Amino acid sequence: MQIPFAIIAALTIVAGIAAMSLRKLVHCALCLALVFAGLAAMYLQLGAQFVGFAQILVYIGAVAILVVFAILLTNSSSSLLPTVRSRSWVFGLVVAVLVFATLVKVILASSTVAGRSLPENPLPTVKDLGTQMMTYYILPLEVMGLLLTAATIGAVIIAMQEKKPVEPLKPGSAGAPPTHP
Amino acid sequence: MLGEGIIKGMAETARNFFGSYHDADRMTTVQFPEDRIPAKENARNFPFLVFDGEDPAKGLRCVACQICEKECPPKCIYIVKDTVKKPDYIGKLQFQPRVFDIDVSVCMSCQICVEVCPFEAIKMDTDYEFGTADRFGGLLLNKQRLAKPNTYYRKIHATEAAEVDERLAAEKAKAEAKAKADAEAKARAAATAAAAKATPTPVVSPTAPAIAPAPAK
Amino acid sequence: MIADVLNGILLMLWRVVSDQPAPLAALLPALPEALRPVVSAVLCVSPIIGVFATLFALTTLMERKGLGRIQNRLGPNRVGPFGILQPAADGLKMLTKEDIIPRSADKLVHFLAPVALAVPTLLAYAVLPYGRNLVPLDLDAGLLFFFAVGASTELAIFMAGWSSHNKYSLLGAMRAIAQMISYEIPLILSAVTVVMIAGSLSPAHIVARQDGFIWGWVPHWYVLTPWGFVGFLIFTTASLAESNRSPFDLPEAESELIAGHLTEYSGFKYALFFLAEYLGMFAISGLGVTLFLGGWQAPLPGLDWVPSYLWFFSKLILMVFIFIWIRGTVPRLRVDQLLNLAWKFLLPLALINLFTAAIWHFTAVWQFPGALLLRWLLSAVMIGGAYVVLGRALSPRKKVSLRTYRYAT
Repeated sequence: MQIPFAIIAALTIVAGIAAMSLRKLVHCALCLALVFAGLAAMYLQLGAQFVGFAQILVYIGAVAILVVFAILLTNSSSSLLPTVRSRSWVFGLVVAVLVFATLVKVILASSTVAGRSLPENPLPTVKDLGTQMMTYYILPLEVMGLLLTAATIGAVIIAMQEKKPVEPLKPGSAGAPPTHP
Repeated sequence: MLGEGIIKGMAETARNFFGSYHDADRMTTVQFPEDRIPAKENARNFPFLVFDGEDPAKGLRCVACQICEKECPPKCIYIVKDTVKKPDYIGKLQFQPRVFDIDVSVCMSCQICVEVCPFEAIKMDTDYEFGTADRFGGLLLNKQRLAKPNTYYRKIHATEAAEVDERLAAEKAKAEAKAKADAEAKARAAATAAAAKATPTPVVSPTAPAIAPAPAK
Repeated sequence: MIADVLNGILLMLWRVVSDQPAPLAALLPALPEALRPVVSAVLCVSPIIGVFATLFALTTLMERKGLGRIQNRLGPNRVGPFGILQPAADGLKMLTKEDIIPRSADKLVHFLAPVALAVPTLLAYAVLPYGRNLVPLDLDAGLLFFFAVGASTELAIFMAGWSSHNKYSLLGAMRAIAQMISYEIPLILSAVTVVMIAGSLSPAHIVARQDGFIWGWVPHWYVLTPWGFVGFLIFTTASLAESNRSPFDLPEAESELIAGHLTEYSGFKYALFFLAEYLGMFAISGLGVTLFLGGWQAPLPGLDWVPSYLWFFSKLILMVFIFIWIRGTVPRLRVDQLLNLAWKFLLPLALINLFTAAIWHFTAVWQFPGALLLRWLLSAVMIGGAYVVLGRALSPRKKVSLRTYRYAT
């Protein structure tokens, strides 16, 4: 139990550091995918099959691809970046410490660390998860769904080309589609 | 409706699939080294040298004029003239090529050498099996490999060869007639000369045909 | 000790061949405690690799022969009798080729890409039920596992395309990813209908639910229901696209992109890509068999004495043959046609199919005479209407005419 955990943890941390410090953006994105894979492996090791597989499906299958596509389409994949040192690193450090502290507090408060007994059914089936999600957690689920739908519609509206009457091109007017921030 | 064309296509390919097992006529290919499709009359790929008679050393039509060598676009022909003249097919004394090489790895089968040859000496072959382990020497065809008898030419390109033979025969006949006429004229001249010796009068030489001056370069 | 092990091996093989339960349990007790997990893992994995690598070799031959026949040719027939040794010749040629890495390539990523593709492809085989008692890993969320590892191959294709430092590779990889992401949605949605009806994500359970016969002879497979039939068609179309097979082989369209993301690969790495492509096709065909064609179930009553894995593999080979048949028939699509087909046709159809499956599920309580006919009619009207309307919207409305160039002379 301990050695696989150590391997996975080391892999995840090393990949995370690499994702922050490598100089080619695509390498950083690939390392990020490795971090996602490490997290998924950790979920699987804890017996959370559904979460682990969903992590792979969503993060490696979709988010990493999205990141990679964004890098390619912004045309900065080939250029070597200088080592990044943010000017607002103090602010970033404060945020990171706060997040870390919150996580530590939550973990310390959890039943396992506090020495209390584990829940009775430590390996819920997918069916149990589904039932819970469709009954007890129905409101959060629907709110998330609504949020994602709104985001999708927003993305479509941004990407949609506005229909204009076709005019002959005048010299000087680029005829470029309206840009959006 | 959507998908109609796909179903039609699938039916067609299925018909091909099963049909090919019991209907040999459907087959579009032959098993190459064993079965061969007879070559088409107009098939051509690389040039070869035609010779008349049995002996390539004697009957080679090529007179090493080097026109093909100059015209060849990829420059795959290499000719060295011989130093002695030999009689050609009409009996005229001509140079023969001492070396005549064609690099078929360079040749692009354009047939320009055939078009420019005034002696009907180089023609297109239909042989294509030049596979060799030595890609430099093995693909450089020398005079011995290039020379092929006129009978072979008649076999691969019958119509064309018949035309060529007819033309050559006509030329030869003309040349022979001319030679005969020349000989007769000579004989007549000799006779008149002999007669003139008896009665010396100045001989009027026939005017030589006007030679057009070469264009200034 | 050794006699015990040998005895165990023989008993295990006999149980596998004769389709009896728990083949591994025959051998494991004869082994020392420490060795058991390793041996059991090796015994689960090696047959999968062996069987599917052999099937890969056979399929390359079958494909070339079949395509030949479809085009009224004989196909390869020179190596060995009837050309059956052709795969060996191909393999030898492939493995003895020089392995060329472009000078400007990203060496590490270029090297890792084939590995990153082959590993998830092989992982997908873990959850397929090959026979009544041949399930390597009966996961509760097996279907999700399959799609998760299937989705992670996209990153490998991107790695291959980007690291080669070649425009064709990158374009091919971008196309491949766009295609795989687009077709993953209809693929998963068509599988979701099965999950909804079977009430489980476990492939073994889904196969078990397709047991039995209606009226004593029609198998209770999901493909023989209206939603299952349409779902199977959507699944097959999407799996063609997922495995980059013709008519969806745009990522490696030879006529425009040389070989797409495979352009800069040669020798062993190319062989690995090739292998992964075919293994992916087998895996997704196997999933289609599991979900819609009843997995290892026999097609007619009274055929239960045939070992169940034979049924699975014959259905798998049938699927592969249909894939080859489609490849021999349909020309390649254009990129816009490809994406339109996914987003404007397959996705709405899959959603409507989902509703139909729900209606089918809830009308299952109908008991009056002619209920089955009515359910069929209802489903057929729903799906057929959607098919016609969507198909009409997809086909080009513009009449084909001569092109006029406004700015060019």
